[in-house]
Amino acid sequence: MAESTSGSLFERIGGEAAVNAAVELFYRKVLADYRINRFFDNTNMEEQITKQKAFFTMAFGGPNSYTGQDMRNAHARLVKMGLDNSHFDAVMEHLGATLVELNVPADLIGEAAAIAESVRSDVLGK
Amino acid sequence: MTNLKIGEKIYSCEPEETVLDSLLRQDVDISYACKKGTCQSCMLRCTDGSPPKESQNNLKDTLKSQNYFLACCCVPEHDMAIRLPDQSEIFSEGTVIVNELLNRNTILLIVECHDILEYKAGQFVNLQREDGLTRSYSIANTPQETKTLEFHIRRLPGGKFSEWVHDILKVGDKLSVSEPQGHCFYIPERKEQGILLVGTGSGLAPLVGILTDALSHGHSGNIHLFHGSSEKEDLYRIDEMRQLAKKHENFSYTPCISGGNLVDGFEAGRANTVALAKVTDLKGWRVFLCGHPEMISQMKTQVFLKGVSIDDIYTDAFLVAAE
Repeated sequence: MAESTSGSLFERIGGEAAVNAAVELFYRKVLADYRINRFFDNTNMEEQITKQKAFFTMAFGGPNSYTGQDMRNAHARLVKMGLDNSHFDAVMEHLGATLVELNVPADLIGEAAAIAESVRSDVLGK
Repeated sequence: MTNLKIGEKIYSCEPEETVLDSLLRQDVDISYACKKGTCQSCMLRCTDGSPPKESQNNLKDTLKSQNYFLACCCVPEHDMAIRLPDQSEIFSEGTVIVNELLNRNTILLIVECHDILEYKAGQFVNLQREDGLTRSYSIANTPQETKTLEFHIRRLPGGKFSEWVHDILKVGDKLSVSEPQGHCFYIPERKEQGILLVGTGSGLAPLVGILTDALSHGHSGNIHLFHGSSEKEDLYRIDEMRQLAKKHENFSYTPCISGGNLVDGFEAGRANTVALAKVTDLKGWRVFLCGHPEMISQMKTQVFLKGVSIDDIYTDAFLVAAE
């Protein structure tokens, strides 16, 4: 991962290359987690990977065009299936573990986690 | 300023303008969403050479090699000829030169066809009867060498096309062959990479093609082929594959029978289950899955969890036409 003290989090964390490195590691953790993998049944893997890339770009504060309403719409089906705080926590756990595995400095992980945390209420439709 | 040619029409592209913006400005109906290379919904194909490199970021290798690109990330360096996804298919005429049974329900159909330089083993084409009845079949050989296309066509009860091929079509007859489609084929790069091939029924067709292609390119990594069916009688080319495994040290072949009978020389169980049990370390491998859609979707997740990158997983699922 590239390290520098200036620029956006997205740039400091390593930009698109960092997203690409993180996405498969993260998605494997999610699919292997019995607490949350049922939400990913019947999904097309390529489409999921594309969505995970968008997720990481967002968490890294990179260029993305998602609004709170998009987050609500995209997760509405899952909320009906029972998506709640415990599942969101599990995803946050995998996000952190992925970035640790990639040797991202702790302060940058903290910034990314804070951005991801900021969409919690939209994702859970609250 | 550069020109974009689509069919017979020419569109202008301003300096610094992307292909997507240029076509939208000139009212070309084209699908798009994110405009930043993530969603890939504006993927087009360049038909006269390679598109700019940055327009192919994050596309699958097989798409790159066929000059697909993302219109939203493409600022043309020179004039480009472009194919939109919905442009109608071009068919060429083929002549049947072999039509013989491979086993009790699958026919080997060999069609002689001109101009098939671009066709790759493992891709599929649409075959069309004179009255317009059309079905997709995978290419089972490396067409460049023989100037012919090989297909394995299984008889489906009540299947209009497959019954016609089995019962009526004969050597010397004509049929129409579309341009090649699909991204399930071998790219002669990373030759030391392990390759796992798993297929059910006539899903062997694309896999045999890919295998032949890989071996002829001198692929040096291990190649494992698992071919499965419920009964032994529905497998085919068993001896041929065994011979090939003797000839090539890096190639191994495992026929699998899932119907419950134990047969000497065959593994009991589904091909995908047997493959996962036998090949335990799949990290960094290239995987090709062909045949039953359910097998493919399960296996895709399983090999991904075992460390195969999503970009290294190629699939060809059989979809049976509703008749």
